[in-house]
Amino acid sequence: MEIFELTIHELHEKLKAKELSSVEATKALLTRIDAVEERVNAYITVTPEEALKEAEAADRRIAQGEIDLLTGIPVGLKDIFVTKGIRTTCGSKILHNFVPPYDGTAVARLKERGAVILGKLNQDEFAMGSSSESSYFGTTRNPWNLEYIPGGSSGGSSAAIAAQEAMATLGTDTGGSIRQPASHCGCVGLKPTYGRVSRYGVIAYASSLDQVGPLTRDVKDAAIMLGAVAGYDPMDSTSVNTPVPDYLAGLEGGVKGLKIGLPKEYFIEGLDPDVKKALDRAIELYRALGAEIREVSLPHTEYAVATYYLIATAEASSNLARYEGVRFGHRSEAARGLTEMFAKSRAEGFGSEVKRRIMLGTYALSSGYYDAYYLKAQKVRTLIMQDFLKAFEDVDVLLTPVAPTPAFKIGEKLADPLQMYLSDIFTIPVNLAGTCGMSIPAGLSAAGLPIGLQLVGRPFGEQSILNAAYAFERETDWHKKKPAL
Amino acid sequence: MKYQVVIGLEVHTQLTTNTKIFCGCSTRFGSSPNSQTCPVCLGFPGALPVLNQKVVDYAIRAGLATNCSIAPRSIFARKNYFYPDLPKGYQISQFDLPICLNGHLDIEVDGVKKRIGITRIHMEEDAGKLVHADVAGIGDDSCVDLNRACTPLLEVVSEPDMRSPDEAIAYLKKLHEIVRYLGICDGNLEEGSFRCDANVSLMPVGSSVFGTRAELKNINSFRFIKQAIEYEMERQAEILDDGGKVVQETRLFDPNTGTTRSMRGKEEAHDYRYFPDPDLVPVIVDQAWIDQVRESLPELPDAKRARFTADLGLPEYDVEVLTASRELAEYFEETLGLFPQAKTVSNWVMGELTRALNDDGKEVTESPVSPAQLAELLKLVEKGTISGKIAKTVFDEMYKTGKKPEEIVAEKGLVQVSDTSAIEAIIDEVLAREAGQVAEYRSGKDKLFGFFVGQVMKASKGKANPGVVNELLLKKLQG
Repeated sequence: MEIFELTIHELHEKLKAKELSSVEATKALLTRIDAVEERVNAYITVTPEEALKEAEAADRRIAQGEIDLLTGIPVGLKDIFVTKGIRTTCGSKILHNFVPPYDGTAVARLKERGAVILGKLNQDEFAMGSSSESSYFGTTRNPWNLEYIPGGSSGGSSAAIAAQEAMATLGTDTGGSIRQPASHCGCVGLKPTYGRVSRYGVIAYASSLDQVGPLTRDVKDAAIMLGAVAGYDPMDSTSVNTPVPDYLAGLEGGVKGLKIGLPKEYFIEGLDPDVKKALDRAIELYRALGAEIREVSLPHTEYAVATYYLIATAEASSNLARYEGVRFGHRSEAARGLTEMFAKSRAEGFGSEVKRRIMLGTYALSSGYYDAYYLKAQKVRTLIMQDFLKAFEDVDVLLTPVAPTPAFKIGEKLADPLQMYLSDIFTIPVNLAGTCGMSIPAGLSAAGLPIGLQLVGRPFGEQSILNAAYAFERETDWHKKKPAL
Repeated sequence: MKYQVVIGLEVHTQLTTNTKIFCGCSTRFGSSPNSQTCPVCLGFPGALPVLNQKVVDYAIRAGLATNCSIAPRSIFARKNYFYPDLPKGYQISQFDLPICLNGHLDIEVDGVKKRIGITRIHMEEDAGKLVHADVAGIGDDSCVDLNRACTPLLEVVSEPDMRSPDEAIAYLKKLHEIVRYLGICDGNLEEGSFRCDANVSLMPVGSSVFGTRAELKNINSFRFIKQAIEYEMERQAEILDDGGKVVQETRLFDPNTGTTRSMRGKEEAHDYRYFPDPDLVPVIVDQAWIDQVRESLPELPDAKRARFTADLGLPEYDVEVLTASRELAEYFEETLGLFPQAKTVSNWVMGELTRALNDDGKEVTESPVSPAQLAELLKLVEKGTISGKIAKTVFDEMYKTGKKPEEIVAEKGLVQVSDTSAIEAIIDEVLAREAGQVAEYRSGKDKLFGFFVGQVMKASKGKANPGVVNELLLKKLQG
């Protein structure tokens, strides 16, 4: 087995046993990146020098007997995480030259643990998209089939796992941006409960929905990564001060008596037959493992996408106002005077999807429309939240598809934003409800593309979905399948 | 005038917290540009605001002192607009759910009392400052200083209850006094710590339907407030007289000309697209918090004035002067606690102390003479150790050197002479020297008595007890 194919926990054992050094592992990954990056384009920025320095530091720590589960583990970061001294673009031209003066909390926590940062991963511009096609730095390709999208917006984060260009990555999920690309690339992706992980140092798209989470090779690694970044942060007023369990130790793997709900609104006509087949198979497996399968209802599901595109775009229209060329980022050379500087810097710096969402959001917040759009959307959001809480009175976790179809072809949905938006129909409600969800590998389509299944837990119920996922993983080998890149 | 003016005021008070409202940067005034900034107040990508609890504390103080009700739950909202001094492209403020509601202040103009309603008080962050071209060294560019960005403000919005510029000024002064008494704002108008916008409209006398208003901005002194409102009244009256209509607009006051000019009309008014800031959680204030703040409130100026008048029997003038600032009133009361003769203390505080401080350009809090030292001095006068006149000399010396009064009196040998034999000797000497004048006096020129007193005091270097001198001198001259 190649070094770059290892999981975090496997590499950890080798580091601990001194069979391998972090420098060796890091070099193996950097070599792998060199070998495949031209085809995959998972990274916007690779930082080999910094990574090797961090690896050396990790090896020194290990030599002194200080080893944490993440010490010396090479990981990648979505380029939405601000990194001190390392360019952070958020996939946008408007930040093409932005070098942040500080590290965000999640990054700082990974560094404290001794993780090695390989670089910054590609994504849809400002995390707006489901295909990673809207990046200023080119489309990331799906390692399973280079003509297909890797999902988005954390497409670089999922492709890097599938292409073995990182042992684990961090992404963000506003409407499915971790789970959907994880599903499309055959890796594990977890979106924690809103407030579980600090958003400090995460470039905001939609503040009330954004959440940081890991993309990994298996469930254990997801537990390790989540444990490392989760927890209260006084720098983020919306982070919640509730204890972080030892997720890894909590992976029992038994689902006997676990009540699994199938929301009937998610198993609809038009679901791709391969996706349907994978889910049916998974349901049968859970039943065989002793779980109790029940149908539940989330009656407001049909309003979720519309609700999301009002709330997310409204918040984005305000969050993205700071990019005007005054203090950082792109400033138009052509501008004369203040208003032109603002207008041209933004016109030149933002891509078309970002502009579309800023305009949508601006409209939704405008005087005279606020009540009909933004306020109404917030009310519907409450109803959607209540749907989930009600369902969780009867069941422990929900099992659903992640996306209606496996990955689609590059360019296929670019002309039709609405079609693109609908690809997040099963992930968006979880963000609106503010609860946790994860995608785990559950099959391959006839065309050989990965299919994930989604487990949704109660607020702060990450342990229960990790457990259910682990039970599934132990009985299957979908997570071990690798693309022939 | 056939029109009645209607005035409502919006006052921005900058709070004197040590750190900014949403980050840990210092709020100090006058530091080098952009030296007091961080990713949060610079609006850097990924940075998030965290509310400074002290700001909420100060807002509750202001609310209680202006008879507002304190909202158990209030919300921060984003006010979206583009300007280079506004780093995030939005200002974090409060909109439909502010922290304080429905208060009032009582004012008095020409002996007439009036209650002015306060609609709301809300918390918000300030913007930075632009430094434009023609300032040395920066050429044609405009520069941005974000030291002030994110410093805490309270905006106090009045009802349109004022009907004359004088009422507006009385209200402002009252509010100014209260925020300073509360210790939440330094009240410095020039530095912009206390800024006022005025909404001014006219309606026919006798009408109850308000006219169209203009909002006047950039008024940074009490004098300018009056000027701006008066100018605006004339301007609007002229328009109405000519059969025209006042347009709703924002106007900028120009202190150089005393006039206002249009800044932006209603059509150009911003749509601020307010919405609740998703980066912040609701501000929850429970009764215990309110009670705790209430207990910590200082005595407010009106209550203090009433007490000084009723309990201390001080004249109205003294009360006004002494309560003009909380610090002066505190100095007075501290001295009074050690020397319980209100009028005497008042005379000294308003007289010698204030004069010395003014000459020196110092605040009462910086006085080199402490209340305890002043009380000691007054005790020396009371005991007859020194005369009132000598006391002034001693005070000046105390002010200059910071020494204790006893020390100065001892060092300079200023102890008052009340010993009759010693004074008699001096009197005898003076009378012997001035034999001619004595004869004149005795022949009926009574006025010369003052001359003899003066001579005796002079001969004693001011140390003779004037009472004893008077008494003995009279005896001797008659004798």
